[in-house]
This record gives sequence, structure tokens and C-alpha cells, in this order.
Amino acid sequence: MKKKLVVIGAGMASGRLLEHLFETDPDAYHVTLFNGEPRGNYNRLMLSPVLSGEKTYDEIVTHDEAWYQAHGVDCRFGQPVVRIDRENRVVHSNHGSAEYDALVIATGSAPFIIPVPGKDLPGVVTYRDLEDTNAMIEAGVAGKDAVVIGGGLLGLEAAAGMAARGARVTVIHLMGHLMERQLDSAAGYLLQKDLERRGIKVHCAGATKAILGHDRAEAVLLEDGTVYPADLVCMAVGIRPETRIATDARLEVERGVVVDDALRTSDPHIFALGECVEHQGQLFGLVAPLYDQAKVLARTLLDEKAAFRPVQTATKLKVTGCDLFSAGDFAEGEGREDIVFRDPGRGIYKRLVLQDDRIIGVVMYGETGDGNWFYGLLKDGTDVAEMRDTLIFGPAFQGGTKLDPMAAVAALPPEAEICGCNGVCKGTIVQAVQNGATTLDAVRGCTKASGSCGTCTGLVEQVMKLTLGDDFAAPAPAGMCKCTDHSHEDVRRLIKSMGLKSIPAVMQELGWKSVGGCHSCRPALNYYLLAEYPLDYRDDRQSRFVNERNHANIQKDGTYSVVPRMWGGVTTPAELRAIADAADKYNVPMVKVTGGQRIDLLGVCKEDLPHMWSDLNDAGLVSGHAYSKGLRTVKTCVGSEFCRFGTQDSTGLGIRLEKLLWGSWTPHKVKLGVSGCPRNCAEATCKDVGIVCVDSGYNISVAGAAGMEVKETEHLASVPTEDEAVQITAAFVQLYREHAKYLDRAYKWVAKVGLDWVKAQVVDDLDNRRALVERFELSQSVYRKDPWAEHSTPSETPKWSPLADLTLEAAE
Amino acid sequence: MSLFVDIAALEDIPPQGARVIKTREGCVALFRTADDRVFALDDRCPHKGGPLSEGIVHGASVTCPLHNWVFDMTTGMAQGADDGAVRTWPVRVEAGRILITTDLIARSRAA
Ligand code: SRM
Ligand SMILES: Cc1cc2nc3c(=O)[nH]c(=O)nc-3n(C[C@H](O)[C@H](O)[C@H](O)COP(=O)(O)OP(=O)(O)OC[C@H]3O[C@@H](n4cnc5c(N)ncnc54)[C@H](O)[C@@H]3O)c2cc1C
Ligand code: SF4
Ligand code: FES
Repeated sequence: MKKKLVVIGAGMASGRLLEHLFETDPDAYHVTLFNGEPRGNYNRLMLSPVLSGEKTYDEIVTHDEAWYQAHGVDCRFGQPVVRIDRENRVVHSNHGSAEYDALVIATGSAPFIIPVPGKDLPGVVTYRDLEDTNAMIEAGVAGKDAVVIGGGLLGLEAAAGMAARGARVTVIHLMGHLMERQLDSAAGYLLQKDLERRGIKVHCAGATKAILGHDRAEAVLLEDGTVYPADLVCMAVGIRPETRIATDARLEVERGVVVDDALRTSDPHIFALGECVEHQGQLFGLVAPLYDQAKVLARTLLDEKAAFRPVQTATKLKVTGCDLFSAGDFAEGEGREDIVFRDPGRGIYKRLVLQDDRIIGVVMYGETGDGNWFYGLLKDGTDVAEMRDTLIFGPAFQGGTKLDPMAAVAALPPEAEICGCNGVCKGTIVQAVQNGATTLDAVRGCTKASGSCGTCTGLVEQVMKLTLGDDFAAPAPAGMCKCTDHSHEDVRRLIKSMGLKSIPAVMQELGWKSVGGCHSCRPALNYYLLAEYPLDYRDDRQSRFVNERNHANIQKDGTYSVVPRMWGGVTTPAELRAIADAADKYNVPMVKVTGGQRIDLLGVCKEDLPHMWSDLNDAGLVSGHAYSKGLRTVKTCVGSEFCRFGTQDSTGLGIRLEKLLWGSWTPHKVKLGVSGCPRNCAEATCKDVGIVCVDSGYNISVAGAAGMEVKETEHLASVPTEDEAVQITAAFVQLYREHAKYLDRAYKWVAKVGLDWVKAQVVDDLDNRRALVERFELSQSVYRKDPWAEHSTPSETPKWSPLADLTLEAAE
Repeated sequence: MSLFVDIAALEDIPPQGARVIKTREGCVALFRTADDRVFALDDRCPHKGGPLSEGIVHGASVTCPLHNWVFDMTTGMAQGADDGAVRTWPVRVEAGRILITTDLIARSRAA
């Protein structure tokens, strides 16, 4: 019969323990898993990308329902254990109980809350779990003031995440420089400068005296009298092991639950691992040693002999653009020597601390590629006397060759650690690749390398490339294009947080590798800038694809098509006459009814465009933007005005929406549909936004598609009034404008951020909805205008013709 | 040696943009880079005849608007995996004026 194992806490450490246990002997135990959070194990380290909007919660789940089911785990999520009855070997939660033969305590730690007045006000959060992360996201920090107390790893990730969401962030740190436990003051200074450059204010040597506010947090008061306004305060000053149930059960507890080398507590049936334990006087705050504990405890539970030995761990910060690496001890002391390298111009700083010809500490900032190599020398206690003169230049230099990242990786010995979190060394990855794991996912799957905090992904890929040579199918480069390694998301965040307001500024500050970008990044940058700074930024016509530059679709023979707007698909005899006249006058070879309820005039020469536009303008017709990453069409049906089934005025609503949204630029094109009843003659349920009218009001659904992919819309909200339907639509479009990657249709973007998040932003949070609509209106105050009129003026019209006609000259 | 003739002001072409001149040799695109260099290339992509003058100009390259072939304007050669070349024409900028080779005119006269 299987023995009964009860685990308290479904976190990083116990998750790994269960993996090892089931891998080694799936039949040894029947597992009951309690968790305080109402969910199973997810990658806690990745909360920061969730906070900044780069990842969704779904992407960071490590064990899903199917996994627990497959392993027969009895999941008791959302049920914190309140008592351990050691005598009868039973644990009790707030809901029920479970008997055990072996018990594992893996309760992690709890954020420390500094006992200042105001700490309990609404608006004060900590940073530990998904609830905290969502609280920060839901606070809708864009444009608001946020204060982070604590300038350590967690505090800075929280600060960067909120800044990425548009908050004005101040970090208050008690010590003289940031991350003082991992960095010396020089590196701390560089880090501070980098953060300040992206708009985060840093106040060091600041002690918090109180959090001020009546009904909720409004400001933070420091001992020196400084006051920082704060709509949200995040306390990230440290953690303490979560030992309450262990203490109550009278297990031996010091700062953490005391365990021996086999991870057994003072009760032989009870084990503990993770941040809640203390081993030989030491506590743990990073996952690497916890994963080692998980390996050891799995063996202990299977009656094998194993002993946990903590090793040095290295720290990295997961904030884009702040490359730092730190390991070991870097305090100054007798008999210790420093090797320091600085390049102030490029913001690079490297320091090695040596004792007895061995590296005992490494601090690097700005360029951290050699970090793992130094770290390897540190862990192995290698005698570096021989290479001392050139040591600081890293492994590639030891052979006298030039510094290049592949050479650095090639120079690593097989034992060199690549993934710090999971303790995976180069040799293991090489082996995995040779055994057939040729994609990053496959390598991740069988070695776990780069599966936790993800900062080593690039290194893992380099090792794969070295092993596979040209067979390595490089994963789609993370960068926007070959001009930069920054992803679209990063660039968007940096434009905002560094206040970059022109394409040259972005290229300069973010280190573009090409002169003047390329046809792929320039249009994206132009869009990001005009969306971020509608009033300050001037649209760069030369960074637009031909269709948007010329406000017409180019055809295969270099002619253009002209599509006037027909608001909601409704036209008049006079408009039709004007279109017919234009078709005659400019010899249009084809007049076609489009799939978008309007008329396309195809095959027009470039130099005729402004003249034709001017004629159409005279009849009241404006550009239909059939060419733009912007609002295309709002398809409607006849609705209650004429149709015997119509429940609302779908035609009127469609026209109203088109008049509201036209001219706006969006990450990709936007199409709407409004149907007057569920018969849905306007095909609203395959549009970016579709509204289906019903007796009680309007059903708004979003994220549909009917192009390369066909996808039905998903329900966003049902509202009783037309006004509200219009507001929600505008707010949704603005949210899409502010967050989506260039050339992601709405359905792709919604899949990334999650419909729930979108709902929270535009449906549930009324203030936020209003703010989105206001920002949309602000942008429309610039862009809601007819480009045809602008380009058919007497001064512009000549620019559409050739600069000179030398064929005429020849005839003279 | 080429002779040159004044054809337009530099300002007539937007930076990172192009204008076309019609010649008996066909349409020729005059490109202006961000740093005010000017290049003259046939306005016909060797791939499927796309009007290069409507492409995005980046550095000293231009991307064809139809299928994104990229050409180095200094040589007229297609970049990367694509194979092909566009004819380039001598052109100069002097005192804010653009001068093109008289070949474009002379040849047409001779024709
Ligand atoms: C004119 C029209 C076809 C027609 O004769 O009916 C048309 C023509 C083009 N479509 Fe379309 N699409 C037209 C309706 C549609 C529809 C139907 C609709 O809107 O109800 C769809 C599917 C619905 C959708 O978008 O989900 C459609 C899905 C596409 C796609 C695929 C988009 C996708 O995300 O999967 C492309 C390619 C793209 O945009 O990257 C595309 C691209 C194009 C381009 C712009 C190709 C290009 O880059 O040159 C075509 C331009 C022809 C020209 O020179 O005018 N067209 N296209 C329709 C114009 C509607 C209008 O009045 O503005
Ligand atoms: C935002 C963030 C970023 C981080 N980044 C990094 C990083 O880049 N690198 C790194 O090495 N480390 C990082 N860490 C630290 C890392 O996440 C922790 O070291 C690790 O999660 C600890 O694992 P654990 O299993 O001990 O505890 P946890 O993962 O915290 O799991 C403990 C679980 O136990 C549950 N629990 C507590 N009490 C009870 C109870 N009485 N009954 C039932 N369940 C209970 C909790 O709800 C929790 O789900 C980060 C942490 C955070 C919060
Ligand atoms: S389906 Fe659209 S893109 Fe394709 S040929 Fe027809 S109009 Fe052009
Ligand atoms: S015609 Fe120029 S790339 Fe195809």
C-alpha cells in the first residue's frame, strides 16, 4: 500500500520535490497537497514579467490541473493548514484534515511589514504572490504615483514593473546604495543611474516614518521630513520564514524551521524545505539551493541517503537594461585584493575580490557575459595567480582572442554552471543536445535550464549553437528585428519609462545596431511614439509603409486603389454619383464593391490621387483608410430602423462608432461589426469588436478574426445603453493601442494579456475606463481628420507628380 | 567622364524619401538619406517591377514596397538572400542643388 505524504505549501520548493519523487518512484506515496493560495504551483520568479505585462499568468504556471491529476495528487488549494497534530499524525486546514505517514512543511516565507503608522491602509501592498501582483496591476497605476519601500531585488523588480505600466515610481531605500547585499557602492550607483534614466526616482538612506492618508494611502513620510505622494505603496523590505504552524506544533524553530542534512525536522516524521527552513544557521532566499534541497528530500523520503550542502549562489536582477551579476563576498578586508575594470562611458563596471589567489567575490554591472565563468572559478576555488593580469577580461581573453560572446561560451569548461537557478552546467546541456534535444523547449524540458528566472536563456541558446553548429535552428530572435535585441515589449516600455520622443532618440538610447533602422522596426517605432505622445510626437511619414504614406493601397503595377468611407455602409445617390464621376474622369479600370460594405476604385495613377481626392472631398467623402493599421470599416445591418427583427438601431450605432474611431492609428487594423439582433447579418462575431443588439441592450464581444485565422469573438460585456457600449468600445480600442505589439491583431493581443485582465480594465474599473476614453479622445484631437484633404492642397498636390520630366526635354 | 546638370533642390526630396524623374531611360528615383546623401536608381525593382521610390529608406538602403527586397543604394545590389541589381546613375549634391548625369538626357536626345 502507498504511504501517505502530506505537503503543506505548493510553492517552488515543494513543486520540484514532487517532480523528483514521482520521477524516481511514482508508487511510493499518495500525496495530499495543501496550499494557502487558491491555486497550484506557478513560477513565482516570473511574477515580475507578469507585473510589467510581458507575460500572462497562464504562461508561468508550472504544474497545471492535468499534471496533478496524472500523479494522483489530492489538491487542497486555497486551504491553509492551521494545525499539525503530531500525536495522531494529522494536519488540519480551515476546511478539513488529512493523515500522514510523512509530512513536508514547505510554507516559504512571508513579506516583512515595517511597523509604521498607516501600514494597514488600503493601497499598501507587499510583493509575494499573484494576489499582490494583481493588486498592483489592478490599482491601474498608469499616470499615478507609486512608492516602493525597499531597494533590493524584489523592490526594484516591483518598481520596474509598475514603471512599465506607466506609474511615476519612487524607490525608498534605507541603506546608502541599492541592493547593498549584492552590490558594492559603485555598481549600486550605476544601477541607480540606469533606473533614474528610465524615470524611476531613487531615494537612498531614507527611513520610512509613516504612510499618510485618510481612507487609503496618499503619501509616504520619511524621517527626514520628505513626503512622496503615493496612490500605491509597495513594501518590499525583506522576508521572514513562514514558521507559524511549525512553532505551534513545537517543532524546533530558530529563525526558520530547523532541519538536518537530510532535511528532517526535530520530529522524525516531519520534513521541511524551502525558504521556511534554517540549515546550520543559514536561511535561503533564492531558488537554486531550494532545488538542491528538493533533490535531497526526495531521496530522504525514498529512504535513500542524501545530504544537503549549500553552495554559493549568484544573483541577477530581472529588469531589462540593468545587467548585473553578483556572487560571493565583496566586503573589503585584510588580505583581500581587488581587480577593478571601469568603462564609465558605457556604464560598465567589473570587480573581482581575491584572497590567496582565489576569487571570493564577483560584482559586475553593465556587461555580465563572463559572470558564469568567474562564478565557476569562485565555486571551484581555482588558483588564478597565472591569469591574474588578464583575468578581468574574461575567458575569451585568456587565449588572447578578441571578446565575442560565442568565444566566451566556447571557453567555458563542461562543469561551468549555465543556469544558476537549476544548477545546470554546460556539459549537461551539451549532453542533452547530443541526445536529441535540439530546441530550447526540449532542452528546458529535460534539463530545466533557463526554466526558472529565464535570465540565462541567451546562454543556453549559445551552448546549443556551439553544440549543433549550423544545425541550430535559432529561435525567432527575441529582438524586434535585426537592428536591435530589444523585444517589441521592451522597446515600448523603454520609450515610456525613458521618455524617448523621437525615432533617433530611441535608436541612440537603446543602442540600435543599424543606421536608420529598417523597414520592419521604423513603422513600429513610429506607431509606438505617436501612441505614447499624441501631442508631442510628429508622425514620421518616411517611416510609414507606402500605403500609409500615400493614403492608398499600392497595386502590383504601382497604381493605387481609392476607397472612400461609407459610414456604417450607408450611402446616398449624391455620393454614388460623385464616385461614378470620379471613376469616369480618372479612367478607373475597376470599380468594385468590397467585403467591407463600400466601394473600391482600383488602378489609379499616383499623380491623379490628390485631384481625385479633392473631387471626392467636394461631395463630402473622406478617406476610408482601407490601407491603414487603424480603423477600417464598421459593418452594420439595417437594424430596428427597417428590419422586422431589429431590436436596436444597429446602423446608427455603427455610424456613431465609425465617426468616433476613424483616423485613429492602431497596432494592426481594426474592424467592427454591429448587428441588430442575434441573426447577426453584419457578421459582428468575427470582428475585432462586435456588437450584437438584443432587447435588453448590447452584447459587446471582442477578439474575433476572419482572415488568416478564423476565430469567434469572446464576450466582453452586456450593457443596457448605447452610450455605455460606445464608451466600452473606445476604452477597449485605447487599451489595445497602448499595450499591443505592433502588427498583433486584437485577438492575438487579447490571447497574450488574457480577457479577464481586459475586462477588469475596461468593464469593471469605471475610473480606468473613463481615463482610457479620455486618452483616446486626446489622441483623436490630433488624428481624427481626413488625410485626403491634407494632401490635396495646392502646395501638396505637386509633390505627387514626378520631380521632372526629361522625356519632354528630349523632344525639344 | 560624366557631365552633370542641375535638376532640383535638395529640399525637393524629403529626408529618407524619394522623388521620381521621368527619362527616356524609364523612371529614375532620386533618394535622399537622413544625412543628405542623394542616390539615383532605376525606379523598377528587378523582382517584379515594384516602384523603389515608394520604399522605406534606411541608412543607404531602400526596401522595395512590394515584397521587401532590400537594395544597397551605393551599388544597386540586392542584399541578403535575394539576387539582383538595379541600375544606378551618377548624381551629385552641390550647394543644396542636385545634379544628375547628362547621360540621362543625352542618351534620350540621341534616341
Ligand atoms: C478590398 C478588399 C477585398 C474586396 O475586394 O472586398 C481587401 C483587399 C485587401 N486586403 Fe483584405 N480586403 C478586404 C476585406 C477583408 C476582409 C473582410 C472584412 O473586412 O469584412 C478580411 C477578413 C476579416 C479580417 O480582417 O479578420 C480581410 C483580410 C485581410 C488580411 C488578413 C488579416 C488577418 O489578420 O488575418 C490581409 C493581410 C494583412 O492585413 O496583413 C488583408 C490585406 C488586404 C490588402 C490590403 C493586401 C495588400 O496589402 O495589398 C488588399 C488590398 C487590395 C487593394 O489594393 O485595395 N486582408 N480583408 C476588402 C476591403 C474591405 C474594405 O472596404 O476596407
Ligand atoms: C517577485 C519575486 C521574484 C523573485 N525572483 C527570484 C529570482 O529571480 N531568482 C531566485 O532565485 N529567486 C527569486 N525569488 C525568490 C523565490 O521565489 C523563492 O525563493 C521561492 O519561491 C521559495 O520557494 P518556497 O517553495 O520555499 O516558497 P513559496 O514558493 O513561497 O511557496 C510557499 C507556498 O506555501 C503556501 N503556504 C504558506 N503557509 C501555508 C499554510 N499554512 N498552509 C498551506 N499553504 C501555505 C504559500 O501560499 C505558498 O504558495 C523571487 C520571489 C518573488 C516574490
Ligand atoms: S484575398 Fe485580399 S489580399 Fe488576397 S488577393 Fe484577394 S484582395 Fe488581395
Ligand atoms: S517587386 Fe520589389 S520586391 Fe517584389
